[in-house]
Amino acid sequence: MDFTYTIYIVLIPLFAFLVNGLLGHKIKDSISGVFATLALGVSAILSYFTAYNYFFKVGKVDGVYEKITAFNTTWINFTDKLHIDLGVLIDPISVMMLVVITTVSLLVHIYSLGYMKGDEGFTRFYAYLSLFTFSMLGLVVATNIFQMYMFWELVGLSSYLLIGYYYTKPSAVAASKKAFIVTRFADLGFLVGILFLSFTTGTFDFITLNENASILAQAAPLGFMGLSVLTWAVILIFIGGAGKSAMFPLHIWLPDAMEGPTPVSALIHAATMVVAGVYLVARLFPIFSAVDPIALEIVAIVGGVSSLFAAIIACTQIDIKRVLAFSTMSQIGYMMLALGVSGMGEEGTGFMASMFHLFTHAMFKALLFLGAGSIIHAVHSNNLTDMGNLRKYMPITHITFLIACLAIAGVPPFSGFFSKDEILVAAMNHNPIYFWIEWAVAGLTAFYMFRLYFGIFWANDKKHDHAHESPFSMTLPLVILAIAATFAGFVPFNELVTSDGGFLDIHIHWNIALPSIAIGLVGILVAYIFYKKESSLPSKMEKSVGSLYTYAYNKFYIDEVYMFVTKKIIFNKISTPIAWFDRNVIDASMDSIANITNYFSDKIKTIQSGQLQQYITAFIAAVLILVFIFNYLIS
Amino acid sequence: METTIFYIISAIILVFSVLTVTTTKILRAAVYLLFTLVATAAFYFMMEYNFLAAVQLTVYAGGIVVLIIFSILLTHQINLDLKKINSIKKITSGLVSLFGFILIGNIIYTHTFKATSSVIADTSVNEIGRTLLNYGDGGYILPFEVISVLLLAAMIGAIIIAKKK
Amino acid sequence: MIEGIEIQHIILVSSLMFFIGVYGFMTRKNLITMLMAIELMLNAVNINFVAFNKYLHPENMQGHFYSLFIIAIAAAEAAVAIAIIINLYRNLHSIDVEDVNNMKH
Repeated sequence: MDFTYTIYIVLIPLFAFLVNGLLGHKIKDSISGVFATLALGVSAILSYFTAYNYFFKVGKVDGVYEKITAFNTTWINFTDKLHIDLGVLIDPISVMMLVVITTVSLLVHIYSLGYMKGDEGFTRFYAYLSLFTFSMLGLVVATNIFQMYMFWELVGLSSYLLIGYYYTKPSAVAASKKAFIVTRFADLGFLVGILFLSFTTGTFDFITLNENASILAQAAPLGFMGLSVLTWAVILIFIGGAGKSAMFPLHIWLPDAMEGPTPVSALIHAATMVVAGVYLVARLFPIFSAVDPIALEIVAIVGGVSSLFAAIIACTQIDIKRVLAFSTMSQIGYMMLALGVSGMGEEGTGFMASMFHLFTHAMFKALLFLGAGSIIHAVHSNNLTDMGNLRKYMPITHITFLIACLAIAGVPPFSGFFSKDEILVAAMNHNPIYFWIEWAVAGLTAFYMFRLYFGIFWANDKKHDHAHESPFSMTLPLVILAIAATFAGFVPFNELVTSDGGFLDIHIHWNIALPSIAIGLVGILVAYIFYKKESSLPSKMEKSVGSLYTYAYNKFYIDEVYMFVTKKIIFNKISTPIAWFDRNVIDASMDSIANITNYFSDKIKTIQSGQLQQYITAFIAAVLILVFIFNYLIS
Repeated sequence: METTIFYIISAIILVFSVLTVTTTKILRAAVYLLFTLVATAAFYFMMEYNFLAAVQLTVYAGGIVVLIIFSILLTHQINLDLKKINSIKKITSGLVSLFGFILIGNIIYTHTFKATSSVIADTSVNEIGRTLLNYGDGGYILPFEVISVLLLAAMIGAIIIAKKK
Repeated sequence: MIEGIEIQHIILVSSLMFFIGVYGFMTRKNLITMLMAIELMLNAVNINFVAFNKYLHPENMQGHFYSLFIIAIAAAEAAVAIAIIINLYRNLHSIDVEDVNNMKH
């Protein structure tokens, strides 16, 4: 089976971007939107076709899914072994990601037809969306780590463009800069990691790297602090992944990124781009598990801390998009933790669970964001306090939002239950502490999601004059995603996506599933009691936990710590003296050289009098003198 | 006989050259230049380069001098008395020229010139034409073509530059 | 070959002619007379070529052809120069070289 056509999955959005980006001002808004949506539709259909072919027809050889290089071209050739290629790699996780990205992106494209209607930069918005989709698809099909890095930066760029889409709003501009700088900073780690990795192993190619992971890990020279160079390389690469996936403490850009249009938040900051870090670790998973165990332990710890940290903050926020942003961070923490506790082959429950959760999370989190967008569209506010009683005005949004909340809270038979259960099983097998942390986070998740749900749709009898159900183009994606969020849990990931491509025998462990369902229900119940009707319970609760609430409400002052470090220490103590030195010593010396030259040239320029005969006299005299010298003095 | 003629021609060339660059009437200068050029043609005749002498007469004497006289007419300067030149400039230029001449003259007299062969080439017009259009060894077809393009370019350039806007 | 005349004589005459041209070029202010001085110099060079050809390498014709090409180039040069002079006269109402100093510092 020839998979060469998969290149078009990637190239079609690029084409749509070029058309909308270059000719956007000449095309009518509606046409450009429909064009981009149709282009992505073609891409999505090709992805489904690929997935069908790969998973059910030809991918499996001897019971193991193969990695197929569908398309490859050498771009920069350093040596015979070390070269940068551009290509398409087909394997279970990349095909799964293709499906996720094209599905969510297609739905977001459709949704934006309604949501962004009448906006000034409509074609610009669609051009950016196509650019993002192209970059993200290029990232997941990368055949080598360098190609991945390039597309990685491209998604960073398109994320920057989309967060700053409302560029007249200062907060959006600040947020876009913040997102770009923070992720760029993390990407420095990624780049250094790539250099270490390629220097030690002599290759960029994923297939070569992963197949020879254990050999390479053993051959790698000793580095620093008793760890091999390869271990350091993967840790540095993980820093890049953590930055993109908003892991603690590099998460500060994600809540601010909610300044972008809501469909963008759904696509980029919930379903696709932020899971790129998870995908990166998954992509290099054989290497991660072959090097010193500390590398995966770091992944697990960072994931665990992030999920707990974000869940606590999410309970206190009143901006609904920020709650969802912290929830995203928390769920990605789950995925990271699952990867961190996983092993290869038979012990690969965590890997499978992580990919499974990535898949289900993409569905229900995109649904949550799009639902939130629908609500914001109706009430023109992000604030929970401006909402309430909306179930009467927006029935479809209400039902779909409820489904998503049930899915994320882990209530069976919605999709979140299955994937979260597998993560908890993997955590339990590795270390019970991780299990208990994630168990608590599951309760918190249920609580804050239903706090949001009750706060938006019940809570009070507020009248909304303008609130109304969203147009069909917005509710259709909601319904589709709700169906997906309900049934995605039945996709047999243990057969399709595993760490080594083989079959993984799993079943529901009731001794773990039952406590997790229980705590989820407890969370929902508490939220019901607190927020179903307006009551004084929440404020009493806030008082009883005291300063913890204040800390959580202010996101544990992480932003302020960053500001302190950058402004007070780096800018004042380091940058200012350097700037002074640069201006007064280096620049000044250069300037004085220029000034001296300028002075002398000003003096001697009068020689250029414009008088031809002066020139010719000088010329002939000089020639004669040269003749004289060469004829009589030299020789 | 030939010696005498040579000296007479040399005298004509030098005298009229000096007059060309010193006379105060511009039209006279042009006429003196014409005499110099004709005398040069006489040199070529004496050296048996008849074709070259003919070219010298037609192109230089007949073409360029006429062109110069036309330009004098076009710039309304036919009766112009040229401005007096200040003596410092005269002395400087004279000294530079004199120095140059002494230098070159000295070189000429200290150098021994020696003929490489006593065979004399055929200088008939027929032979010149064949050599000019010959693309084999010793042929001049390439410079010939280049010159023809150059002349065309000069013609177009002159028209464009001098054309009224 | 002219009977009884050494090559040095001819070259001496031509170099004298050349430096008279140089003198004229340096002293004359009128652009047309400067052009005449240039023609003098070109002629002196031509005589040199021809004399060297005739006296030193009589078996071939290179000097002769060089002179021929120089005459052609001189014609082209004179045509362009006069076009420029006429254009200048039209713009400046003068053909004095000291008035043409737009290209100074």
